[in-house]
Amino acid sequence: MSDVIRRDPRVEWIARNRLHPLHGTVGVAEEAEVRGPSGLLRKNPHKVGFIGPNGIKRIDRLKGNAAAAGGGRRSSGPQEVQLPLHQVENPDFYVVVVPDMVGGRLTGQDKDILGQAHKLVAASEGNGAVLAVAFGTSKEEGFDTAGVDRLLLLDGEEYQGYCPEQQLAALVEVERNFTPKYWLFPDSVNGGADLGSRLAARLGERPAVQAWQVDAETTVSRGAGGTSDITRATPRLLMLAEECADQIDETRHEALPVEIDGVPSVIAKLQDQGQVAVDPNAIPLGEAEFILSAGNGIHNWDQFHDTAAALGATEGASRVAVDDGFMPRFRQVGATGTWVTARVYVAVGISGAIQHMQGIGQCDKVVAINTDAGCDMVKRAALSTIGDSEEILAELLRLAQEFRAKQAEGGDQDAA
Amino acid sequence: MQHKQISQNLNVVSLISVGKHPQSGRERRAEQDGRAVELGMNLASDNLTVLHAGDPQQQALRSYAGMGLKSIRVLQLDSAADAVAPLGNYLQQHGPDIVLTGIRAESGESSGMVPYQLAEQLGWPLVPRIADIVDVKDGVAEVLQALPRGQRRALKVRLPFVASVDNAAQEARQSAYGPASRALMDLQAVESATDDVRAAWEEAPARKRPKRLKVVKAKTAAERFKAATAKSQGDGGKVMKNEPAAEQAQAIFDLLIEEGVLR
Repeated sequence: MSDVIRRDPRVEWIARNRLHPLHGTVGVAEEAEVRGPSGLLRKNPHKVGFIGPNGIKRIDRLKGNAAAAGGGRRSSGPQEVQLPLHQVENPDFYVVVVPDMVGGRLTGQDKDILGQAHKLVAASEGNGAVLAVAFGTSKEEGFDTAGVDRLLLLDGEEYQGYCPEQQLAALVEVERNFTPKYWLFPDSVNGGADLGSRLAARLGERPAVQAWQVDAETTVSRGAGGTSDITRATPRLLMLAEECADQIDETRHEALPVEIDGVPSVIAKLQDQGQVAVDPNAIPLGEAEFILSAGNGIHNWDQFHDTAAALGATEGASRVAVDDGFMPRFRQVGATGTWVTARVYVAVGISGAIQHMQGIGQCDKVVAINTDAGCDMVKRAALSTIGDSEEILAELLRLAQEFRAKQAEGGDQDAA
Repeated sequence: MQHKQISQNLNVVSLISVGKHPQSGRERRAEQDGRAVELGMNLASDNLTVLHAGDPQQQALRSYAGMGLKSIRVLQLDSAADAVAPLGNYLQQHGPDIVLTGIRAESGESSGMVPYQLAEQLGWPLVPRIADIVDVKDGVAEVLQALPRGQRRALKVRLPFVASVDNAAQEARQSAYGPASRALMDLQAVESATDDVRAAWEEAPARKRPKRLKVVKAKTAAERFKAATAKSQGDGGKVMKNEPAAEQAQAIFDLLIEEGVLR
């Protein structure tokens, strides 16, 4: 049964209106608050509240929100809030967003830009739809709540890896099929600025880059290496800075899949030879993507270093490990050390002091290896394994070495 | 970083612009353009053309010359004129193998569109954000591209091409006063249309951007209290407690593979 307390506004209205013909039939006398003859509000304290389950009088001061606040009885679990669905049928125009999709998921900047797209739709006449063009394999599940009305997912064979020329050909085809009112790109190093510039050069548009305040008429963008503001009329193609607009959080969208055909297959002039192995410990800790971090629970340090090398992870450490002299100071993660932005953070034997948790606040996926199942790091982690770190690291090292051996074999086959 | 001299007769053009110091606002050698010149000097010490479109009297050009250049070719332009068309014409005439630019200028619109427009005009491939050109063999260059988070990607591209040079490339060498004042400014008069669109823009010193506020959308006092005091909890991750170590390690390994950090 639903916990929602239902109100009947009509009955309430009749109860308020003394001149209503049905006024006598509704139980006005039972009400705790009554309008007195002089128009003053009279409260009957005997009528306020209700008798609780154990016979004690309870007064609900939450104005009917007691169920939501979890007051009386505990509901079975956190209730999923179903946001209202925003539907666009037969859109008059499109606003196209090309998100970065780092690691196959929408970044924060992508979501900001989807919010900006909806602002531009709202400011224009007619009903427009926000079309997101996503390249490569997508792991994102929240396209609907991020504000995507139509989704063009291009995940074919030709869009895998680094292929800006093929992506450009697809965007030109989108331009031909949808003639979007605005093109929005994230101005980021993850490929958004590159793709946006390519499209602008191809279409002959003059884009606004590092735009941070955009409405239908004017755009404010950073110029002169970020030291000046340029105010100009809003162009058709925009590359937007971070936090340009608020993300969508009050509506759900359809994210209807659309398709285009006839994207020509481009002969790539840039041949992707794959990523080059870089020494993970040469990458600054603050911008490392994958960190294996050690704390007080590590006893076999050689094994830890071997595992980090085999996995190709940058090494980090908690304050205890640094203070005890096992790791250098510049490897320390946390409020007093480095604030890291890793996508994957593996904490081995770190229980999670608050200073350390602050330092890893921006990490996406945290994996905890710990003996204590109740520690803060386990609460934060997406995956926690409870057990002896030495055993688990040994198994992990074995798996990583097998993986590397298989990779080397595969590489030889490719070369042959 | 010791560079091996690539023996072929490569024709390299490095495009330079006038930089602006972020704090003092003084004109200087632009950071990325300096790196483009450095990379060009390492690739083709004699066949490097350093090209600028704009005012030849500009003092900042001398700081490029101080890196040991014999001359700088300047296409004489008004400051309000569009630089892309004359640069494109120049490159079309001279047909270099590699054109190196910075990513974004430090003054003016700084849209970073120049390499893209040149590549489009010439019909050449564009390699964005390169860290190094490792080798050039049989008309194919091996290029290292700088990716975010300190990663590198190897690319192969056929000559001729346009490349923008990232901050990860080798730093520009020191500029010396003597060679700077001895270098020749090789002037070339060109015609170009005035950039009318830009005249309508308003430019002002950058305003500080407002910080995004955390908006609590609570309707009642209890909800507000909860939002203010609740500890941020993870979304209840998976906990493996009684499994053997091998199984636990396998779960971690699968997650690393799925996230694509193990490669």
